[in-house]
Amino acid sequence: MSTAIIDPNKGDLFEFLCRMGDNTLVLGHRVSEWCGHAPVLEEDIALANTALDLIGQTTLWLDLAGKVEDAGRDADRLAFHRDVWDFRNLLLVEQPNGDFGQTIMRQFLFDAWHLSQLTALMESSDAQIAAIAEKSSKEVTYHLERATDTVIGLGDGTEESHRRMQNALDLLWPYVGEMFVADAVDEAMVAAGIAPDPASLRAAYDTLVNDVFTVATLTRPESDFGHRGGKSGKRHSEHLGHMLTQMQWLQRAYPDATW
Amino acid sequence: MSSPEAKPYPGTQAVDHGKARADEWPLFEIFIRGQHGLSHRHVGSLHAADAEMAIKNARDVYTRRNEGVSIWVVEAAHIAASSPEEKGPLYEPANDKVYRHPTFFDIPDEVGAM
Repeated sequence: MSTAIIDPNKGDLFEFLCRMGDNTLVLGHRVSEWCGHAPVLEEDIALANTALDLIGQTTLWLDLAGKVEDAGRDADRLAFHRDVWDFRNLLLVEQPNGDFGQTIMRQFLFDAWHLSQLTALMESSDAQIAAIAEKSSKEVTYHLERATDTVIGLGDGTEESHRRMQNALDLLWPYVGEMFVADAVDEAMVAAGIAPDPASLRAAYDTLVNDVFTVATLTRPESDFGHRGGKSGKRHSEHLGHMLTQMQWLQRAYPDATW
Repeated sequence: MSSPEAKPYPGTQAVDHGKARADEWPLFEIFIRGQHGLSHRHVGSLHAADAEMAIKNARDVYTRRNEGVSIWVVEAAHIAASSPEEKGPLYEPANDKVYRHPTFFDIPDEVGAM
């Protein structure tokens, strides 16, 4: 963290908090799509738990974002009343579930980044962000452990499970790069001591995933080319819009309906 | 693998489940120790590929509402159990041996409730 603290402007901080909250919101919704469909009962419950953890974290991030913005929007408002171009999640988390292997690979690639991001945020100069990071990191430590075991189990499993995991890795690897690319918002967060420089997390991430891929007998794709446009909101993939029509349909059909 | 004939997730390749039952994960019995320092209690069973996965599954299935501070898992096949048909020779001889119950002692008042 930088020593000279420069207060970020409200807009940058709001943007950063939306990125954290939208990642967990979109991935949480994606994972919840498995509810009742998972290959085995035990996985079904485990995936639902993961989804609920992520949605819980979303509430914390987006409520804080709403407070920072100070425009009368809470987490629900931000989750259900924004359209696709206002979302700030990574492209990785909006990718469709695909088969079970694809879902687990997406989870692993995200969790590995998520945990190191949260660990760094526990040292944030912003006490509320540090507190959310600390609470979330316990859940995410478990997510990563579970995803790691499953990637290894399936990667080094049968011929079919190995093939599916390698396909998933090849498909999703181009969405990894975006997690480590900094823009003006990130620079403002670094300057204020709020969040780490995204690029600084890459070396540890590479070590972790390389080790897991080796044990899982998976081959890391040669190219580190990374699609961008999710966390900046400039260019989401076509999948996010479709997901939102499901996630937001009730508020779209019956605006401001409450329990 | 509680339901080997589960429908694949839409858009995924269907798996031939012809011999799924034979490939089913083994059954594990789950024991959980509650918050208050009591002994582990049997809470149910689940399927898992190995013991470590059984612990993780037990964490997700049986400790969602703060039920435990410790989990034991044991493969059900490794439990040796008494046979119900033997209940006569095993348990009935104890029925007429009331002297095994410590009910013939006078407990001093100072001891209080036991």
